[in-house]
Order: sequence, then structure tokens, then C-alpha cells
Amino acid sequence: MMHPTPPLSSAMTEQPLLELDNLRVNFHTPTGIVRAVRGLSFTLGRERLGIVGESGSGKSMTGRAILDLIPPPGEVLADRMVYRGQDLLTMDRRSRRKLRGRHISMVMQDPKFSLNPVQTVGSQIAEAYRVHHKASAREAKERSLGMLEAVQIREPARVYDLYPHEVSGGMGQRVMIAMMLIAEPDILIADEPTSALDVTVQLQVLKILDDLVTSRGMGLIFISHDLHLVQSFCDRVIVMYGGKAMETLPAAELADESARARRHPYTLGLLGCLPDLDHPKAKLATLERDPAWLA
Amino acid sequence: MTGPAIATERLNVSFADNHVVKDLSLSVQPGESFGIVGESGSGKSTVLRVLAGLNRDWSGEVAILGKSQPRQRDKAFHRAVQMVFQDPYGSLHPKKTVDDALAEPLTIHGIGDAEARIGRAMADVGLPPSFRFRYPHQLSGGQRQRVAIARALVLEPSILLLDEPTSALDVSIQAEVLNLLTSLRRQRNLTYILVSHDLAVVAHMCERLLVMQFGRGVEEMTAQTLAARNPQTDYARQLLVASEGFKRAG
Amino acid sequence: MTTWTEYLTTDSPQSRRQARLGQLYRQWLAFRRNRLAVIGLGIVVALLLVAAFAPLIAPFDPLAQNLDRRLMPPSAVNWFGTDSLGRDIFSRIVHGARVTLVIVIMVVIMVGPVGLLIGATSGYLGGWVDRALMRVTDIFLAFPRLVLALAFVAALGPGLENAVIAIAITAWPPYARVARAETLIIRQQDYIAAVRLQGASQWRIVWKHVVPLCLPSLIVRTTLDMAGIILTAAGLGFLGLGAQPPIPEWGAMISAGREQIFDQWWVATFPGVAICIVALGFNLLGDGLRDVMDAR
Repeated sequence: MMHPTPPLSSAMTEQPLLELDNLRVNFHTPTGIVRAVRGLSFTLGRERLGIVGESGSGKSMTGRAILDLIPPPGEVLADRMVYRGQDLLTMDRRSRRKLRGRHISMVMQDPKFSLNPVQTVGSQIAEAYRVHHKASAREAKERSLGMLEAVQIREPARVYDLYPHEVSGGMGQRVMIAMMLIAEPDILIADEPTSALDVTVQLQVLKILDDLVTSRGMGLIFISHDLHLVQSFCDRVIVMYGGKAMETLPAAELADESARARRHPYTLGLLGCLPDLDHPKAKLATLERDPAWLA
Repeated sequence: MTGPAIATERLNVSFADNHVVKDLSLSVQPGESFGIVGESGSGKSTVLRVLAGLNRDWSGEVAILGKSQPRQRDKAFHRAVQMVFQDPYGSLHPKKTVDDALAEPLTIHGIGDAEARIGRAMADVGLPPSFRFRYPHQLSGGQRQRVAIARALVLEPSILLLDEPTSALDVSIQAEVLNLLTSLRRQRNLTYILVSHDLAVVAHMCERLLVMQFGRGVEEMTAQTLAARNPQTDYARQLLVASEGFKRAG
Repeated sequence: MTTWTEYLTTDSPQSRRQARLGQLYRQWLAFRRNRLAVIGLGIVVALLLVAAFAPLIAPFDPLAQNLDRRLMPPSAVNWFGTDSLGRDIFSRIVHGARVTLVIVIMVVIMVGPVGLLIGATSGYLGGWVDRALMRVTDIFLAFPRLVLALAFVAALGPGLENAVIAIAITAWPPYARVARAETLIIRQQDYIAAVRLQGASQWRIVWKHVVPLCLPSLIVRTTLDMAGIILTAAGLGFLGLGAQPPIPEWGAMISAGREQIFDQWWVATFPGVAICIVALGFNLLGDGLRDVMDAR
């Protein structure tokens, strides 16, 4: 690691949850190979790791590649991809699928598209539990109600019997999180989990994720385009551009004026083009992209 | 010019049994940039659509450039007021080139001199002439939004209604579009109403703003008040705190 | 050749025409990749050519009777044999292509615009206009097409023109439905709000902005429907209510051959095969067009 280890460093000393070396995601199209991720490496401990970037930076593809969710004609290559000592690259499809959901889960941007519209949200959570655990229907229901409570839904018994279209965006996202977490995964990949939500609701959802990382020692990969949010929420941040990591840094340093000199120009560019309440300027800086960054 | 460019008095909007805007009164001076901020369901976009004449289910008083507006607007209104929409992928007709999109308002209003006007509109929003005959699917999100702005400006309106014009764009593209809107306003002395959920964007673009919640205007303040973290109402303060990002308790 | 390709595939067309041609060329490239669709196109083009050059292709006069050579099996002289009046079946089928084409074109000209306009207007305006127009289409849709066509022909009198009119009257409601469904989605879009804001009249919005977007799915629908239209026409011909003798209409030819179907199989079979191939051709073409045109 190039930078001083952030808080939670005690967790980093044990075996990492995930090790990724030279990850590449390629799409073979009629007009040539599109390289969505080109050589990304990182390790994840029991921490909040942010991945920020603009559209097309490869941040979402990274999350999907870890879960083996890249659709054809895409291919995932890596020198090393290890989950708690288990090599994901040599693992067969079935074991990989078993890992998914049970040990590594994912929350997507819009809950409306991720929930089955003709099943109550409660039964979907209970089903998610029973897929990975031998449990009676009653036990699964109790577990699900407990989980709904854990994601701060006030009347879990009522919400349990609602259909997805009957819940608000914020509640839907909490239901998704409950569903993803009921199997108690070690790693949660959250791809823009709060972008579709209002700011006040957004903070409630983040609070839940934060508590889960702290109390269960889960590893969280938080994928977002929102630099401010990542800076305030994560421990470490990977800044991606064009499928490559521009730099990896402790989140606190993003806001630190004295650390500016050490920052990658792309990171500075992203920060500079945001309007800022405290530093009003007549004209926003625009981002100059240097082809050399992708060399 | 005398009086406000845009004024509403006790504006109410209802869809079926859903009362989405309640007794809203606001007034925007010529040349001013006015922001409307709120969360989803606050009615902020509905207000904009009523002002634009796209929504007919309202009651109350709407006056544009000193003229009280009926539900069905006239041609003079359309030349004075234009709008830029949120989603650059949904606001351009998929079967029409940039040229078609910019020529249409000129044809409707029987304005000659289309060649020169289209060329000028494209130059004003920073689109190279080679883009003129491209279809929307050949443009990026930022370029599409520039086309949408050019389309709004072709009729040389004095009022521009902006509905989250940058919320679907990457931050670097957002900066370019906001800069463009700022300089266009200065050059043409335009009046803006900008609807957004992003306080920083509104503070950057507007002199005054209105915070809305559940269809009501909660608080009107200046951008300075916002930057000084000095709103008077709880809800406005809460919104401000939430926009600062995540804070760990303790 | 390369210059043409460059002209068509450039990112920066210099004129309206170049932009349109480029768009068409991209669609053609996508269409060409679908082999079945190209076969369908081939069949339809073949139908057009046969119809255009029928007198040159047909070895005999389709109406010339030769009672000495009645019901001859297929041979080197009469490739598809002869019918009960000694007419050459191959020549009749070749000329029948013209009749089929006339039916198809007439129906498309009558049905397409009517369905499109009723559907788009109904969908865009909504309210009582929508309710009134949709109830009318419901009434038409409530009857099986052939039965309704029969009723109309019975009222109008038998004959090719009346058969075409009857088919057209029964064929438009599904088109109106499709156009309306598309319009309901289209009218919610911001680009329609943008033209409204420019002060465009409702007529202009429907005609210049909504209709062009409904057009692709209607073209696809028409092409797929073509098979049905040909079959309905053949059905009317078979029942003696369509084209009247001695016009070489395929359905009527099958009908005429039904008495000999067990002993002189060729009389009914070859027109049947012709109907089959042409219907298949239109279906394959329609499927291919759908893949290309609906992908916006």
C-alpha cells in the first residue's frame, strides 16, 4: 500500500477478504475488443472501500467481474482473484455460484428492477435465506423479520406482506439490503446503492451499511460517481478512469488541502469541477484528460 | 421592463386526488436566476411544467412577462419561454438529426434565415458544425444536452426553464454544461428558473432559491444565506446537512 | 466502392440526404446479417419480378383454353400440368402473381394510413376521441376476419375489387391498436413536450413527430400481416367471392382444382405451393425488418 493505512487497520493485518491482481474485463464486439477494465489490483479487508469514477470508467464492471456476472461476449481475466484463500479463477461455475449471495452479495442501483414484482418482499427475503441455510419456513420468516428490523424498517410485520410496488424507493433499497445481508455475506458490493434516493433517505441507507461493516466486520465495496459521498463514507478510495485505477488513497486525504500536491491530476480535476457551497466561483474548472494516464 | 418576469399567485396543482402543489406564490425578476430545491414528490418539477404550459390541471394565477397566462398558451409565449429537460436521452427525437431538431421551431414560427440561425445556435452552445446532421444515437449525453439547449435558444427566448439539466450527466460534463448556461445567461440577459435536488448546483447557478416540501414552499432565501448555512426552517437546515455527505455519529 | 462506404458510414454527414442514406445503410448492414430475412426479401423481390415480366415468363396465354389437353400431368411442355379447361397452370400461376400483388398493394394503401392515423390520433388526443375510436375498433375486432370479410363481400357483391375493399375494412383495427399503444408511450416523452413548448399544433405533433416513430412497427406488422391478407384473399377466391373466373387468382385456382384433387393432384397443389412460398417470404421479411427497425 502506497499510503498510510487508514483506521480499521487492525482488520487489515489478518488475511484479506479479497485479493485482486491485474483484473481485466474485455468485450469482443464486431468492431474490435472493448477493454472495460484494464489491469486493476486491490485487496479488501474488513473496511469500506470506495470505487469512484465517471461513466465508462469500469467501476461497475469491476463489481460484476468479482461476482462473475459479466454477460457474454465479455470475458474476465486476472492474474489472481482470491476470496479468503480460495482461488476464484480455478473454481468451477457451481461453487462460484454458491459463493455468490452466500459469501459475496451485491446491491444494485434501483430496487424496482431487482425485486420480483409478483412476490411479497418478505417472502423474497425468506427465500434468499433458505437458499443458503437449512431452515424451516417459520425460522426463515422470523429471521427475515429480524433483518427488516435491522435495516430500520419500523413495522417489519406489515412491510413483510407488501409487494415491491407498494414500498417507496428508500424502503425498497432497505429491503434489498436486508435480502442481500440475510445470508450474512463477508463482502457486500454496493453499486450506486443510493443514487436513486433522496438525500435524506440516502443517509439513512448509508447508516445501515456503515453499522453492518462496523458490527459484523463485513467488507464493503462501495461503487459510486459521487466523490463527496465516497469521501465522507469510505475508508479508502480507488479513483478509476478508462478502466484503470488512477490512484488509491485514504478517503480523508481527498478533502485534505495540504495533500493536494500528492494527488493525481484526474482526482484533482474531478474535485475541481464540482460546485462548492463554501468556495463559490464564477466559472467551474473543466476536466482536461491526458491520454498518458491510460498508457 | 417593469414587474417580474415570472410570477405565480396561489398556484395549486392536483392530479386526481393527489394535491401536488399547494398555494405556491413566487416572483422572479427579469435577468434573475431562481432555484427551486426539493426532494422527489416536493412538486418542484410540476411547478416548472405548469409555467411551461405543459400541465393543464392547475388553478391560481400565472403571469409571464406581466401577462396573465391562460391554460392554452399563445405563440408569443412560446417565443419567450423555453425549457431544457432532465434526461438528455429522452428529450431528443430518436429519428431526427440535430438539424431537424433545430429547424423545427423555426418552421413552426415561420422564421426564415434557418441556415444562419442553426449555425449560430450550434456555435453558441459549442457544437462543431460537423455534428449538424448527426442522429441522437451518435451523440454523447453532454452533446445531447447541448443540442437541447441550442433547440431552446433558437427562438431567442428571454426565459429558460431548466429541469435538473445536469443531474443525468457526469460531474465533468456537468461543469461544462453549467458553465455554458452561465455564460449564455450573461450574454443574452436570460431569466432562469432552475429546478434541482443538488444544493451546491443551485447555489452556484442562482441568486435566490425556494425550498419545497410536499408541494409547499418551505423557505425562500438568497444563495448567500445558503452558503452561510443560515436557513431559518428545520427542513431547509436538514436538507443542507444531508447534502454535506455522510457523518458518523460520535 | 470504398468512397461510397466512407460516404455512408461517416460520423459527420454533410447534408440531410447523406445522414438519411447513412442511417439506411446501417439498417441494411444489420438486415443483411439475418440470413432468413434475406431469403424472405429474395422471395418478395422474385414475386415482384415475376409479376412485372409475367408475359415474358409465361409460355402460354393464361386464359387460352385447349380442351384437347385437359388435365395433363406436369411435362416438358406444361411444367405444372393443365387444368380442367386445358389452361397451362404454370402460366396461370405466373400471371396470378400480378393479381396477388394488386391485392397486397391495394390493401396496404388502404389500411396502413387509416390504421396509423386513427391509432395515433386516438392515442395522442385521448379523452372521448380515444374512447369513441377504440370502441369502433373493438367492434371490428370482435368478429373473425374471414367471416366479417364474407359479410362485406356478400353486401358489396363478389369480385376482386370488392374482396380487396372487404379485406381492407377488416384489416385496419389491429393497425390502429398498435399505433395507439406506441403513441401512448411516445406522447409521454420529453421530446414531444419540447415540440409542444415550441408551439406546434396538435396535428403537426401527431403527423411529424408521433407518426414517424409508429411507422417502423407498422411496416413490420403490415409485412407480417401480408401472409394473412393473401390467405384471406385466397379464401374468398376459394369460396367464389373473390376474383371471378377466368382471372388466374391462386385461391380460385385451388377451388377449381378441388374436384380433381385425388386424381389430378397438380391442379390444386401448385397454386397452393405458390401461396405458401409467398406467405412465407413476407413472414421472413417481416421478422427481419422487426429486428432492424425496432432496435432504436
